Amino acid sequence: MDLKTKALTKSIWVFHVSAGSCNNCDIEILDLFTPRFDVERFGLQLIGSVRHADAILVTGAMNRKSVPRMKTIYEQASKPCVVVAVGQCALSRHMFKDSYNVCEPLDKILPVDLYIPGCPPRPEAIIDGIEKLVTKIRKGK
Amino acid sequence: MKLLFNYLIFPGIIFSAVVGLFAGWLDRKITARVQFRIGPPWHQNFTDILKLLGKETIYPVQSRLTFLLSPYLGFLSVGLVATILGLNLISNSSGFNGDLVVVLYLLLIPAIALILGASSSRNPLASVGASRELKLILAYELPFLLSIVALIIKCGGSIQLNRILELQAINGSNILSWSGALAFIVCLVCVQAKLGYPPFDIAEADQELMCGTLIEYSGLPLAVFKLTKAVMLYTLPLFLIILFAGKELSLLFLILKYTGILVVIVLIKNTNPRVRIDQALGFFWKVPAIMALAAVILALVGQ
Repeated sequence: MDLKTKALTKSIWVFHVSAGSCNNCDIEILDLFTPRFDVERFGLQLIGSVRHADAILVTGAMNRKSVPRMKTIYEQASKPCVVVAVGQCALSRHMFKDSYNVCEPLDKILPVDLYIPGCPPRPEAIIDGIEKLVTKIRKGK
Repeated sequence: MKLLFNYLIFPGIIFSAVVGLFAGWLDRKITARVQFRIGPPWHQNFTDILKLLGKETIYPVQSRLTFLLSPYLGFLSVGLVATILGLNLISNSSGFNGDLVVVLYLLLIPAIALILGASSSRNPLASVGASRELKLILAYELPFLLSIVALIIKCGGSIQLNRILELQAINGSNILSWSGALAFIVCLVCVQAKLGYPPFDIAEADQELMCGTLIEYSGLPLAVFKLTKAVMLYTLPLFLIILFAGKELSLLFLILKYTGILVVIVLIKNTNPRVRIDQALGFFWKVPAIMALAAVILALVGQ
């Protein structure tokens, strides 16, 4: 494991995209940065611009409006950048599977590196997922 | 050769960047403790910079030169300030007449570099951030310069840093007089705005402008901007110490004074919400400007 990868896994800046979610997953993500869970201990930070992002957190079922925007956001990020799907909707469209407006699950659109299931996933589950992703990156994918 | 060493390594760029990054960690840790969190480990800011060096750099094709060079403009000039201040603290003979004015000019350049970079990035949010930064400069420079004028009058019209230090060694720190204390308070508020910390982080407003001026930067140029900010965090409190509390300057007292000023800045940052740009302009031109004017009058009277 070289220095670059080590620095990358110790300071992950997260860009949070809500691609049409019901806000539950978003609230659970915000919970991560509150005193109880405090993921800034591991160097995670929420940032405002995709250009700075090391991880893109996507919540919600992708609808016809958000698919092209999601692709643009991914192209704007400076690589290396991982994509994390949070919540059942982003994973598999969940209860919106047969909706007229919802086209594809996230991994048909972008290369997803980590799936965190749950409706919504608990903050512990998200921390656990990040931990697994970090070990995966350190072992060199 | 020695000058190059001074500029690049010891009191200059590398030393000040390391101290500044460490001070940045202290800032994050205190912020975390204020919010009942644990906070990042001590090497966090170094890791952030190291990571940014390994990332891809994206730039607009039309304005590549300005976009990629403006971070270095700010970084190199603020490194020069760190060198001048550090050399003045180390030896008495290294200053030149008028270095206070040079320092004042150089401290303005990082903000100008930020504006240049933001406007060349062709992003609407960045241009809003740049215009806010410009207005903020107009707001805080008036009281800042006025309070330094008060200090110069207090020191008998000398604009040389080590002359000011000598006078303080004889007469006691400037902060202990009425005009000095007033000018110090004004300077502390202006330093808050110069650093871009809340309540004056208007140009970089995370929630409304999404990092504002820095929005299009990634990789190495972003790392240089972060380093500029770190060096500013080292330089500005040091500047205040030299101007206002220059009596006891052994290493222990220097560190204690620096940490004290840093903690005050961080606590102001943590206890105040962001103000609007018009509120900031009104505040700076009404309250600190009048306080600085009062300091000038007091200094003229001899208090």
